[in-house]
Amino acid sequence: MSKKQIMLGNQAIARGAYEAGVKVSAAYPGTPSTEISENIINYKEIYAEWSPNEKVAMEVAIGASISGVRSLCSMKHVGVNVASDPLFTVSYIGVNGGLVLVAADDPGIYSSQNEQDSRMVARSAMVPVLEPSDSEEARVFTKKAYEISEKYDTPVILRTTTRLSHSQGVVNLEDRVEVDDKVYERNMRKTVMMPACAIERHKFVEQRLKDLANDACDMDINKMEINDTSIGVISSGIPYQYVKEVLPNASVLKLGIVNPLPRKLIEEFASKVDKLYIVEELEPVIEEQVKSWGIKAIGKEIFTVQGEYSANMLRKAILGEELDIAEAEQVPNRPPILCPGCPHRSTFSVLKKLKIHAAGDIGCYTLGAVAPLNVIDTTVCMGASISTLHGMEKAKGREFIKDWVAVIGDSTFLHTGVNSLMNMVYNKGTGTVLILDNSTTGMTGHQEHAATGKTLMGEPTYPINLYNLCKAMGIENVYEVDAFDLDAMESIIKQEVAREAVSVIICKSPCALLKSYVPKGKCIVDDEKCKKCGACLVPGCPAMTKKDGHIVIDETMCNGCGLCMSKCPFDAISLKKAGE
Amino acid sequence: MAKNTVNIMIVGVGGQGTLLASRILGNITTSAGYDVKISEVHGMAQRGGSVVTFVRYGENVAEPIVEEGQADILIAFERLEALRYAHFLKKDGTIIINDQRIDPMTVVTGAMEYPENIIENLSAKYNVISVNAMAEAEKMGNTRVFNTIILGLTATKMEFAKEAWIETIKAIVPPKTVELNLKAFEAGFAMNA
Repeated sequence: MSKKQIMLGNQAIARGAYEAGVKVSAAYPGTPSTEISENIINYKEIYAEWSPNEKVAMEVAIGASISGVRSLCSMKHVGVNVASDPLFTVSYIGVNGGLVLVAADDPGIYSSQNEQDSRMVARSAMVPVLEPSDSEEARVFTKKAYEISEKYDTPVILRTTTRLSHSQGVVNLEDRVEVDDKVYERNMRKTVMMPACAIERHKFVEQRLKDLANDACDMDINKMEINDTSIGVISSGIPYQYVKEVLPNASVLKLGIVNPLPRKLIEEFASKVDKLYIVEELEPVIEEQVKSWGIKAIGKEIFTVQGEYSANMLRKAILGEELDIAEAEQVPNRPPILCPGCPHRSTFSVLKKLKIHAAGDIGCYTLGAVAPLNVIDTTVCMGASISTLHGMEKAKGREFIKDWVAVIGDSTFLHTGVNSLMNMVYNKGTGTVLILDNSTTGMTGHQEHAATGKTLMGEPTYPINLYNLCKAMGIENVYEVDAFDLDAMESIIKQEVAREAVSVIICKSPCALLKSYVPKGKCIVDDEKCKKCGACLVPGCPAMTKKDGHIVIDETMCNGCGLCMSKCPFDAISLKKAGE
Repeated sequence: MAKNTVNIMIVGVGGQGTLLASRILGNITTSAGYDVKISEVHGMAQRGGSVVTFVRYGENVAEPIVEEGQADILIAFERLEALRYAHFLKKDGTIIINDQRIDPMTVVTGAMEYPENIIENLSAKYNVISVNAMAEAEKMGNTRVFNTIILGLTATKMEFAKEAWIETIKAIVPPKTVELNLKAFEAGFAMNA
């Protein structure tokens, strides 16, 4: 079969996993990795799930591998931190069926809380890393990763970046090769990592890395392109494309495997060129190793460790070109905002009115930190809202958090927030936790989770009940409230923040972007009743604006959530119901 | 066939539907035998933020992004976004603007002002084609197809045959919306003055 299709990098990874005979995939959604799982479900031969967090996903994939089948888990770079506990140890255990972890880095921080480099994690975990540079390679390298995994008895990291994951290119489709399941045999010395076994396996891991570094020199995923030898460049991944754009005639060593590095190959390449550049986004992972071998090279002296690279950046840095580019116009920023009809805006408008600070978490609702809401004071990582609030209380006493709450989304709560809540109960905290329950994993594009009642593969399942879950921890004060019922929310929040006990308020209302969401109608301003006070504009709905002194609601954007109506002291906004 | 790589950008506000237009563009280029790369934005920026999609096609495309000073065509789904990205255009590049205003939060809160006379100012420097595709789409009874209208207009500035566009649209848009999208495409195609 020879067929071509335009595919996202993530789509091509899913395709590669399918062609490689993968049978199990587990993941937690996270930009830029999410579309891998969303595409894998198109292949009925693969069982795929959303796990509650990346650690669990990794362990599911490990179990599948030990049982003898090829398995995949995928996550964003910060998800790898969550999964690092099983990752570091499965490096010792190795695999039975091939095991691949896709780590999706985010240089430029398009949708993350940092721009850490997963190659650094891989080095400490002593796990090989393959890095494709376009969609076709994403497919091919995924398959190659399974070969390496089984040949060297190691999990393999396939590293992608936002630009690769979210770029489309032409991909050649091949057939799936059904791989026979490996036989499972009990082998305690390999799969039970207690000290005596781990000591032996660590020796194996060290040797494995040496063998890989040696064999990597002959792997066809590395490409040495010898052209003009006055300039030589070592690169990999997406930066390779910028190098080709700027220096089409230079000699290039394109690395497909970036951990461990193929030292002999690099030494050979370096000896052939006059001036050697190392072009890699984020940390100088290749550069520091190459320089430590006594090879002269230019890297982070002229290239940044921050953000994405570009051809123009390389033109300036390597060729010293002054580019004739018109200056960007000074225009108002357009930062991301909560959507029209978003229930988080409603909840935040109450917190804002009550002058309450919020320890925040990871999700769309992180946008509650910025104007005009300005409610969230802290955002660290998944699940951190509840525990940071608890830390504040333990440090400064109850008085310090008397006007604080923790806010956390439903999916994030199930990810790692639940542990933090357990801690608050156990260690006698008195914080107030708001679970912003919009019945989905919103920011990553609406994925199911353990409380939605549906699996990734679209099957109905038992929905975990957040109210009962909190009750089961022994929390007496648990409430469910409609996120658009401002009066009820206000009185419950006031009452619970004052209470000397842990309380949980589940603010419920579905995300306005869900397919199942039915807009209530459109909000209409009665210009005669309107006193132009602007109270309706305070929550910052993007469907509303003031034009020539009049309040205007954009009918194409309005979902009729009614928040502006609730805010209007003059009854000047009414709801025109759908169909009226 | 075009000798050099052709660079197209689609800019707009998250949620306006830039991804459908780029998919159609991408597929029409490969059906004509070109290599193509498309780069898009997912995640947080999609929530009402400024979004940009790059489409590059040619014999052999390396980088997936269009950089400053390189775009042949800039398709802007909103006026302010046209202004924001205008410096990405080549000197003789063309901007196709959907003449719609969506205030960013910085304007709604009064922190900044929405620039006046954007289209006039851009017209002084670039080839500008500005249409109110939103009003046209409203006439068709579905504002969401304004992007297909813009695509129809863009098609008149590109090398591909009209029939090829129609075939590509039929293959890509959801079956139920084929008729409406084709109508929108024709309307846009006819807008070329």
